[in-house]
Amino acid sequence: MTTRGKQYWLDRSENVTKIYRGLWTVGLLLLAADLLMHRHEEFGWAGWFGFYAAYGFFACVALVLAAKEILRRLVKRPEDYYDR
Amino acid sequence: MIAEWPVGLTLIAGGLFAAAARGRLRDAISLAAPLLTLAQLVALGHGDFARVHALGYTLVLMHVDRLSLLFGYVFAIAALLNAIYGLHVKDGVQRAAAPVYAGSAIAAVFAGDMLTLFAFWELTAIASVLLIWARRTERSFAAGMRYLVVQLVSGLLLLAGALMYQAGTGSLAFGYIGLAAPGGALILAACGLKVSFPLLHNWLQDAYPEATETGTVVLSAFTTKLGIYALARAFPGTEMLVWVGATMTAFPIFYAVIENDLRRVLAYSMTNQLGFMVTGIGIGTDLALNGAVAHAFADILFKALLFMSMGAVMLRAGTVKGSELGGLYKSMPWTTGFCIVGAASISAFPLFSGFVTKSMIMAAAAGQGHWAVWLVLLFASAGVFHHAGIKIPYFAFFAHDSGIRCKEAPGNMLVAMALAAALCIGIGVFPGALYALLPHAVDYVPYTSSHVLSQLQLLVFSALAFSVLIRTGIYPPELRSVNLDTDWLYRRLGPMLLRGTGSAMGMAANATRSTVARCSGWMAGFVLRHHEADGILARTLTTGGMAMWVALLLAAYLLVYYL
Repeated sequence: MTTRGKQYWLDRSENVTKIYRGLWTVGLLLLAADLLMHRHEEFGWAGWFGFYAAYGFFACVALVLAAKEILRRLVKRPEDYYDR
Repeated sequence: MIAEWPVGLTLIAGGLFAAAARGRLRDAISLAAPLLTLAQLVALGHGDFARVHALGYTLVLMHVDRLSLLFGYVFAIAALLNAIYGLHVKDGVQRAAAPVYAGSAIAAVFAGDMLTLFAFWELTAIASVLLIWARRTERSFAAGMRYLVVQLVSGLLLLAGALMYQAGTGSLAFGYIGLAAPGGALILAACGLKVSFPLLHNWLQDAYPEATETGTVVLSAFTTKLGIYALARAFPGTEMLVWVGATMTAFPIFYAVIENDLRRVLAYSMTNQLGFMVTGIGIGTDLALNGAVAHAFADILFKALLFMSMGAVMLRAGTVKGSELGGLYKSMPWTTGFCIVGAASISAFPLFSGFVTKSMIMAAAAGQGHWAVWLVLLFASAGVFHHAGIKIPYFAFFAHDSGIRCKEAPGNMLVAMALAAALCIGIGVFPGALYALLPHAVDYVPYTSSHVLSQLQLLVFSALAFSVLIRTGIYPPELRSVNLDTDWLYRRLGPMLLRGTGSAMGMAANATRSTVARCSGWMAGFVLRHHEADGILARTLTTGGMAMWVALLLAAYLLVYYL
């Protein structure tokens, strides 16, 4: 196809870094909104500053580490495991 | 009367005609059948219709109420999307099996009694397995066989439960049953198999990714949601389902993170999303039930969209393994865009469908004070964004450039994806239209500033976690591998035990045989030793010898006599 030699915007690593920094900026702005606004929550502790941000971040890190370090070690087998 | 024609039969008939037709005529039948079905659904009024007297029972083929209509609508929409998506398929088996499967799922939803439900429940199993076998590989045949056994067992559990229920209550009507009713546990187990309860879940991840690129899209819509429908009708408010559902939301996402086959990742996220619905049914309040069935509606569309995008990748790039893909946005920009819409919908981004449906279940859990369940659901919400929302588009279309250059998906696939994407966004932007169809009156408002802000914080920081882990190299690479799940029990342990039992029996047989052989050999040897030629009992004795023995015996006799 004709696209083989073409350079895309995302091919340049500095542009990927721009997106990464942009995402942090958005995240920090959303976090700052917690200071300005009171969220209505069913559970009191869910209204704490940064509750959802912290929960989202650490839940995902814990998820990935548990999957990689524990589950994968236990259950990973060669691709042809069931064909042998 | 339009309600006297069982609504599912249109698609079943369409499938049978499609099997016989070719070319444009077949395309026309494929598209007309779901459209006619939709038209009939719109015209239906509530009530029981199409009564049939058979086997000494009165069967109700058409039980029309808000719950059955809602599932009827979404199944018909899914059938239409599937028909468009599969227009390029030449294989007559798939062209026939897909509408028959959809039609039998619709017929099952409208079944007013459990015998009718059972009949169409089993027909969905038989029609759907053809979509797996249509791949025509040894692997898909074996996976389809395992799938079929599970589905048929589910049907048998349903039938046994229905008959026990009939014996206990004198009724076969399919309404609220509850766990305490006679046969209730069996019927719950039948539904549990369909909706992939934990430990009963693995048929889904085993079989769905083995179907054809169009077949998996079709499969994703009906079987599991039929189970959700049956649970919502027969077991709302069953406490146990709250915890079962919460478990379902959480454990598959760990598997999804390390799974390489992207369609299998989506299959794990199916169990995760079904978990939300099961939790909602377990909570059983009006809000929770509305949330469960609304989320089923939304899920059918965004899951179909995600599977469609992966089907397009499989068709064009020849694989859906994360380890082989990457950079496909350059070749398939439209598919990439549609995939991202599906990803945003399943992740419940504001303005996408998941945001207005899943949140009803979360709000219901919080409203009932289920704080632990709520935390699990929140974890699962972050997790689903992580593995389905980011991982799927990232590893297929972005990540490192795999060098694969292919054509964009065929036009019919793009149209189907565009329609599904439009529905996902439409539901997200105008939730009132879906809310108006729900079984109970809705006074839930999804777009509050608190809800939008908290959801965006959760999602953006989940995305940040992913980015940080990728950039630091901690994120586990996609590896060519198989991950053991409960299917190991029947694919490895079972055969091993059987082989073990077989070889133990073989050893016992050998031991017995050799013992018998040794004993009989020894006996034969003993007999031979004494009776064969030169044996002590077979020797030919001389006359003189005999006379001597006789004389000796006589002498002994005389001696004894005189003593």
